[in-house]
Amino acid sequence: MSQVSKEEILHIAKLANLNLKDDEIEKYIDNLEDILNFANVVNNANLEGLGETIGANENQNVFRKDEIKEFKNRDLLLQNAPEQERGMFKIPKVIQ
Amino acid sequence: MENIIDLTVHELIEKLEKKEIKVTDITKAYIDRINEKENDVQAFVTTTCEEAMKKSEEIQKKIDKGEKLGNFAGIPIGIKDNMCTKGVRTTCSSKMLENFISPYDATVVEKLNNEEIISLGKLNMDEFAMGASTEYSYFKKTRNPWNLNTVPGGSSGGSASAVAAKLVPWALGSDTGGSIRQPASFCGVVGLKPTYGLVSRYGLVAFASSLDQIGPITKNVQDSAILLNIIAGHDERDTTCENRQKEDYTKALINDVKGMKIGVPKEYFGEGINPEVKQKLEQAIEKYKELGAEIEEFSLDIAEYALAAYYIIACAEASSNLGRFDGIRYGYRTNKFNSLKDIYRNSRSEGFGDEVKRRIILGTYVLSSGYYDAYYKKAQQVRTLVRKEFDKAFEKYDVLLTPTSPTVAFEIGTRSDNPLEMYLADICTVSVNIGGLPGISVPCGVDSNGMPIGMQLIGNRFCENKIIRVAYTYEQNTDFREKYKPEFKK
Amino acid sequence: MNKTPILEKNINQNSKNRKYERIGNKMQDYEIVMGLEIHAELSTKTKIFCSCPTEFGGEPNSHTCPICMAMPGTLPVLNEKVVEYAVKAGLATNCEISRDSKNDRKNYFYPDLPKAYQISQFDKPLCENGYVEIEDDNGNPKKIRLTRIHIEEDAGKLNHNEFGGGSLVDLNRAGVPLIEIVSEPDIRSSGEAERYLRKIKSILEYIEVSDCKMQEGSLRADVNVSVRKKGATEYGTRTEMKNMNSFKSIVRAIEYEANRQIDVIEDGGKIEQETLRWDDVSGKTFSMRDKEDAQDYRYFPDPDLVAIRLNEEYIQKIKNDLPELPESRKARYIEQYGLSEKDARLITSSKYLSDLFDKTQEICKNPKITANWILSDISKILNEKELEPDKIPFTAEQLAKMIILIENGTISSSIGKKVIVELFEKPEDPEEIVKKNGWIQISDENAIKAVVQKVLENNPQSVTDYKAGKDKALGYLVGQAMKETKGKANPQMLNKLFVEELKK
Repeated sequence: MSQVSKEEILHIAKLANLNLKDDEIEKYIDNLEDILNFANVVNNANLEGLGETIGANENQNVFRKDEIKEFKNRDLLLQNAPEQERGMFKIPKVIQ
Repeated sequence: MENIIDLTVHELIEKLEKKEIKVTDITKAYIDRINEKENDVQAFVTTTCEEAMKKSEEIQKKIDKGEKLGNFAGIPIGIKDNMCTKGVRTTCSSKMLENFISPYDATVVEKLNNEEIISLGKLNMDEFAMGASTEYSYFKKTRNPWNLNTVPGGSSGGSASAVAAKLVPWALGSDTGGSIRQPASFCGVVGLKPTYGLVSRYGLVAFASSLDQIGPITKNVQDSAILLNIIAGHDERDTTCENRQKEDYTKALINDVKGMKIGVPKEYFGEGINPEVKQKLEQAIEKYKELGAEIEEFSLDIAEYALAAYYIIACAEASSNLGRFDGIRYGYRTNKFNSLKDIYRNSRSEGFGDEVKRRIILGTYVLSSGYYDAYYKKAQQVRTLVRKEFDKAFEKYDVLLTPTSPTVAFEIGTRSDNPLEMYLADICTVSVNIGGLPGISVPCGVDSNGMPIGMQLIGNRFCENKIIRVAYTYEQNTDFREKYKPEFKK
Repeated sequence: MNKTPILEKNINQNSKNRKYERIGNKMQDYEIVMGLEIHAELSTKTKIFCSCPTEFGGEPNSHTCPICMAMPGTLPVLNEKVVEYAVKAGLATNCEISRDSKNDRKNYFYPDLPKAYQISQFDKPLCENGYVEIEDDNGNPKKIRLTRIHIEEDAGKLNHNEFGGGSLVDLNRAGVPLIEIVSEPDIRSSGEAERYLRKIKSILEYIEVSDCKMQEGSLRADVNVSVRKKGATEYGTRTEMKNMNSFKSIVRAIEYEANRQIDVIEDGGKIEQETLRWDDVSGKTFSMRDKEDAQDYRYFPDPDLVAIRLNEEYIQKIKNDLPELPESRKARYIEQYGLSEKDARLITSSKYLSDLFDKTQEICKNPKITANWILSDISKILNEKELEPDKIPFTAEQLAKMIILIENGTISSSIGKKVIVELFEKPEDPEEIVKKNGWIQISDENAIKAVVQKVLENNPQSVTDYKAGKDKALGYLVGQAMKETKGKANPQMLNKLFVEELKK
């Protein structure tokens, strides 16, 4: 049985940058435990000697030539910005 | 003359060629239909009827001048709202992208534009394609035209519903774990999920990158083959899109299955399958036998593993793919913030719906340190297993036949609160995505309440021609479209 | 000649001045253990996953597109040059090149990282198990092992808005290709760290995959530092230092941090594993807790990119096309030109010096003299001005011309020294410099004879000394004559005439 602690779910939420309200935490834990318990069936499969399939197909070595193609329309790229200044995205001050 | 909106696309093309109708007639007919029925169906997030009318007039002018245009010039279409369209908002049915306008067109959208196919608008979906009923749209609940109290399925519910309700002649959907096939099944239309790597994903807002594929949702198999011809093909902007010889899928429209081998995996007909669904599928199997196909039952014991692996992989990839929605460059930004952290947390918490958050949490969990090997790595191995099992099956069979969904469309609001139960409903479709295979859902009857039932045909990688042929033969020898019509029951 | 090798002098200065500035800790009882993570921007024309230019500067966000801005629906496509350059770097540092490699996502939120993940490489880097050779503090050869070299994308830049009270995100640098070169913890002193970094820099310059400009940030190094009692076998807890942007600050930072750690341990404290930011102004390290906050990067294979499977043929071709590396140039200098091992090593430590040497000697046909000028006067000025060799303002042609002017007797070598100074100030044709300053050598026998006689008259004691067998006196007399002519007299003629006169 998978057990998820409150600390764990809060840690995960922090990693994902999501707030969980107190009353949601229990629900999330229950859901997550349910799903994880089900997902544990992957551990019943006979996987001996099987590699991992990373993509859903076997393409390899797909590269691009090193040739410049400029997009040339900065306004289109900035048009959705919640806040911008001098062609840059504005955010609250970040202390580095 | 038949009503324009009742015609399939290939019928429309024939009439256009014979100059029996004008492209403006077609667009007008569909706009009228949207005005009449959209209120009931709620399939669109955004309609672009005015622009569509203008475009069709331009195209008509060219035709009148005798200019040589492509076969599909002036044919309308509907596009699922997770494909980027320059100038028209692309919302993914999320508050997060409520006002997002893409600076570029998705490759598939470019292809439609090149053919001068006219978009009537963007179709509703489960938020970020996560869901199977379209109830998780931030904007509206789309209805199933067969019974307006039921869901159209999902996540491409808007696309399937719009085609079934004849608001568009055909539509594009996307399928990560069944999101084209299941709503097609619920709405009594045809939905085809291509082999992973056949259609470019560039411009499809990613849910799970290794599983997502764009495909057609159409009135019949022939239209699916036509639309697949238009959207399939190599794209240098998507490295997972394979560089192959272009195929003409309409050549697979052969009304003959004699000698073809159809495998029926018995595990897909067991517990949990609605008896009426099972019964219709058995009738379809009988039909194939009658038509000379060789049917064989066999064991393919991977459905549960595939489903577990699916939720692990899909959520893991989604948790990473959805990181970019952070309230900085585009998308929803909270107005409650003092710090960068507030912007991140509050924008994402307010901008995403519950189901999306649930999957991000699950995905983050399975990738987090200490759990990666137990879940993600195992799931990737299961994927290898699933592929091997399918490979074995396709050594023996040309196509596999299963139900598309264990049930018919359910009533709005009755979906289980338990996410696990909800996920289990995807059991028939997800293994196809895990295997990267093509699958098509074709209507094969209705249940006692008159709700459509879908049959899924699965092919080997890049064997779209076989599933198209088998589906086409069934369609040509049965009469679903003539016999059953959506009634907009209230 | 006073040869002051530029590299070694820097190191000595630094360690002498700073090593014991915090007396009181038992530095000598401890050993510093270090590994470096070097990030080098690759000098490709376009970014790693999109076709935007990598060119430095430009209006904010002008070198961006939907892909590097992480617009929804966009996908990365790997630049083939990035793979090629990384393989080159791997081959030049004796790495094994992976036949089966892939890209992974490193997930974390930061405003300069638009996708909220960096595409990097986790468990299958392109290159592994390499080494480079440096000298330890006693001048003995030492191998520094490389764990790996992998490819990844650079982040954007945050600008701070002085008046508006916010930060501004510019994504021009987002997606610029980097290689990260990770060493084993084989480095034992700040001197070794500097020599290692210089070695890597010079290799990358030789194979022309990176500009390696530290000021522009195209070469950056993070240093993992730990200390342990001498003789201990276990490693101590390490800290990771970031934000050093010159060789000097790296050396300072290492010494500061090692001392800090020793102080903590000596005081009975424990070293905390953390990331530190070096502040060049205060000369201190600061904790970067913000970035530590949630350090679980959730690496997983990027499903948008496909496997990189390089074959023998591809790797062999890159190997064959690899330009001459410092080791091989060094051998050539010793064998072909008869330079000493030390001179050959010093010249080849910098591609710029080595190129300058090659081109100059090709014109003036005098490799030894060329080497002398480079390692004496030129290196001395570089040291004084704290310049890297790539900042030498004059050309090989100009240097060669100067050497030829000495050879053909137009100027003396002491005038040559002045010409070098001028060349640093205002590089132009040495002939012009000599003319303008009236430095042309006096080779007129009568004029020189007059000076010789004058000097002899004024220095009777030296004449007596010379005649009594003190050969040194001749040197003094020649010196006096040089002074008289402001260095312009032809030294060979002076010598000859003095000897003739004194024999009389």
